[in-house]
Amino acid sequence: MTGKGEILPLRASEDVVIVRQRVRALAAQEGLKLVDQTKIVTAASELARNTVIYGRDGTALLEAVEAGGRRGVRLTFEDRGPGIADLQLAMKDGYTTGGGLGLGLSGSKRLCNEFEIESKVGVGTRVTITRWR
Amino acid sequence: MERIPILKMGSFLLVTVQVDMHDQLAMNLQSDLTDKIVSAKARGVLIDISALDIVDSFIGRMLGNIASMSRILDAETVVVGMQPAVAITLVELGLALTGVRTALNIEKGMDLLRASIG
Ligand SMILES: Nc1ncnc2c1ncn2[C@@H]1O[C@H](COP(=O)(O)OP(=O)(O)OP(=O)(O)O)[C@@H](O)[C@H]1O
Ligand SMILES: [Mg+2]
Repeated sequence: MTGKGEILPLRASEDVVIVRQRVRALAAQEGLKLVDQTKIVTAASELARNTVIYGRDGTALLEAVEAGGRRGVRLTFEDRGPGIADLQLAMKDGYTTGGGLGLGLSGSKRLCNEFEIESKVGVGTRVTITRWR
Repeated sequence: MERIPILKMGSFLLVTVQVDMHDQLAMNLQSDLTDKIVSAKARGVLIDISALDIVDSFIGRMLGNIASMSRILDAETVVVGMQPAVAITLVELGLALTGVRTALNIEKGMDLLRASIG
């Protein structure tokens, strides 16, 4: 696996736009089809917004990855915010504490090939997603 | 503050979203449209999203809000020009866009508005 990454800050809603644009560029460069690019950019938008809103301040790591001859894009969203007490609940469609639609976590899981979430109350949250070509 | 322009065409309002909107910009559009529907006595709103390469839960929620808010103000909203890849992604994300009327392009959207307003 290769990892030549780019780290972007996530503090304000404008940062979410920059992450979307950089993820789009990386996904295109890695040869993802248009619809797969759209899926990972949409997932990135959801997770980046969560990082800004709930994590309050965090980062996105964008990496081109390769495994078993396959290429793809891996994104890691990390914050040192309040964390999530009940991950199972947070992953449910429609669950929200912020007056949203509660689709960000569950929806971005559906939009990717791999989805991993780690969170600890008082420590922070890390979500890693991968979309293969 | 940046704003997305709203054009008046007869009794319709036309919004062409041409930038990758950050959340505040989307919120501004929602409130600007509410004001404009009232001040322009608009009967229909056409939102062209053909330049948007994604619609996430936030933009989706905004489109839904605009549709229901305009209905309360006696105006119909039609969203036009959604790219196929965006539509496919929306479904997988789980966003149904219930209550939001859509059409393929501006022309078809206009037809729909005219027909529904009569
Ligand atoms: N990085 C995070 N830190 C702390 N809590 C989080 C984080 N991400 C998500 N959550 C919690 O998980 C819940 C569900 O998140 P999800 O993104 O699915 O929905 P939402 O953000 O509430 O609404 P939507 O994304 O549909 O607008 C949030 O309401 C919040 O309570
Ligand atoms: Mg969210």
